[in-house]
Amino acid sequence: MGKTLFDKIWDNHVVETIDNGPSVLYIDRHFIHEVTSPQAFKGIEERGVELFRPKQTIATADHNVPTLNQHLPIKDELSRMQVEQLINNCAKHGVELYGLGHPYQGIVHVIGPELGITQPGMTIVCGDSHTSTHGAFGAIAFGIGTSEVEMVFASQSVLQTKPKTMRINIEGALQKGVVAKDIILYIIAKISASGATGYFVEYAGSTIRSLSMEARMTICNMSIEMGARGGMIAPDDTCFDYIKGRAFAPKGEAWNDAINQWTQLYSDADAIFDAEINIDANAIEPMITYGTNPGLGIAINGFIPVVETIVDEGERNNIIKALKYMGLESGASLLGMPVQHIFIGSCTNSRIEDLREVAALVKGKKKNSAVQVMIVPGSQQVAKQVNAEGLDLIFAEAGFQIRQAGCSACLGMNEDKIPNGEYCISTSNRNFEGRQGAGARTLLASPLTAAAAAITGVVTDIRSLI
Amino acid sequence: MKALKEIKSQFVPLPMENIDTDQIIPARFLKSTTRDGFGKNLFRDWRYNNNDETNPKPDFALNQSQYKGEILVAGKNFGCGSSREHAAWALQDYGFNAVVSSFFADIFKNNALNNGVLPVTVSDAFLQEIFEQNNTCLLTINVEAQTIKINTTGSTAHFDINLYKKTCLLNGFDDIDFLISRKELIAEFEKKN
Repeated sequence: MGKTLFDKIWDNHVVETIDNGPSVLYIDRHFIHEVTSPQAFKGIEERGVELFRPKQTIATADHNVPTLNQHLPIKDELSRMQVEQLINNCAKHGVELYGLGHPYQGIVHVIGPELGITQPGMTIVCGDSHTSTHGAFGAIAFGIGTSEVEMVFASQSVLQTKPKTMRINIEGALQKGVVAKDIILYIIAKISASGATGYFVEYAGSTIRSLSMEARMTICNMSIEMGARGGMIAPDDTCFDYIKGRAFAPKGEAWNDAINQWTQLYSDADAIFDAEINIDANAIEPMITYGTNPGLGIAINGFIPVVETIVDEGERNNIIKALKYMGLESGASLLGMPVQHIFIGSCTNSRIEDLREVAALVKGKKKNSAVQVMIVPGSQQVAKQVNAEGLDLIFAEAGFQIRQAGCSACLGMNEDKIPNGEYCISTSNRNFEGRQGAGARTLLASPLTAAAAAITGVVTDIRSLI
Repeated sequence: MKALKEIKSQFVPLPMENIDTDQIIPARFLKSTTRDGFGKNLFRDWRYNNNDETNPKPDFALNQSQYKGEILVAGKNFGCGSSREHAAWALQDYGFNAVVSSFFADIFKNNALNNGVLPVTVSDAFLQEIFEQNNTCLLTINVEAQTIKINTTGSTAHFDINLYKKTCLLNGFDDIDFLISRKELIAEFEKKN
């Protein structure tokens, strides 16, 4: 029997399997940030052990940093101390840090790929659930907790039970105005926020193969939002072309060797998955969420479910609670509803391609006066590219505020928050209660849908503008 | 990690599904660089009005004095979302040593086990049976036997836990000690690959 892509990489990294227990899985690359690493550094210090392979860990500051005036000391004392502790820990333990002010700084899941640190066939972990992003390169990449960060520090390995495998095949051409974010929101709405729990997902099919690396990252990024341990896509020429020439990509002879290995990374034709789902790309419309988990999404021209018709009591109660929090009505359409904020950023949608799409749509237009629009590039390098291409001028002309790289208003941790009770169309990944700030109401959508609402001030079907 | 063998306690019911780790501990409380003190902000925005500790929400179970104990019982897909281990630390710091649900998110389950907080997965029907008990009912969780019993009715369910993790819990061992003991083997693996 053939092997899945997941099995090939997993088997290559198992050091040992414990009887009736998990496997010791070797980790090639470990990303850390300021929020989920300090307790792990403290842990190994208390145990009196050194970092086993410090060169395989790369650090950045992203979650708890301001996105304005990054050259000034961080105002919030606790935030400043947390970021300083990362600087101290990295210096003390020999970890490379791309901190504030460094040209490589940015959201951990944006910088790994753009620097060529993320490569096919690797095992990659980070104390952040959106580590699944790196799976777009044909890697096993998943989020871990702080105890596991400590495990990687101490042994360059984690203990993991092998997950089941699921393949999601997406075939056909996308409708005009439909982008990667819509694909993943559609899948999550279809299988629910827990529909892939216990599985590692491979995305396959002609639609996936037609997508850019940025688009593939958006899809893999949100795998965790349906409960999956991670998501991955077999590497191909699109992937290799993206990596080639990047700062840490293999060079010369090493590049040729790498390509020879990477081209072996695919699921064999006779590989069997524990679950398989088929999606018709043409059926996907621009998506938006109305509830408080990413599975509660609808087509932009669709209607919120009528709660009385939901058979499952738990699900019905969920949606009633979500609609109450969101201030929305059962059975209603969202089209035309005024919003107050637009957030374009996060590890899901803050890459150059996302910002180019937004710029192309808003060029020569002005934002609606009732909305505030934040554009937060995913990294210093993305920000630099935005300026190089003159997109900054288009955004400034439109009245959008461009900020500096970081997780920003995705998670309600740093200074960037959405006020209580106000609506935000956000290109981020989570619409949980309070996610963007206490009482904030998040509607997840694609960068195109977010940009459309920035212009009109209301929830808008992007197809009416193009 | 301290050993965990048996828990016999009243329980706190939270019969909602998809309780994500942002609810368990909102991101604005993740600025600490230690593992301590997260319990006071557990379920912060469900516990208090306007983020005000002097203004508790009376209809939330943690604010109702009849509900107490070391066991939290919650609807399915508990712990979904962010990988923050602070969620497990907050539950433990508040006093919970076990969470019972019909379905746990993967990362939360690992984080909980790595801190000696036991995730107990039961059927939807058994979960419902627990929710139907009154607040004085005791639950008994036996790690060795892998059972959870509703003491008032005697109704008992089995739960799964892999042998390795069970041994860790019963003895208070942690994965980091285990991996440190395997460093030579890991170094050999590096040479071969």
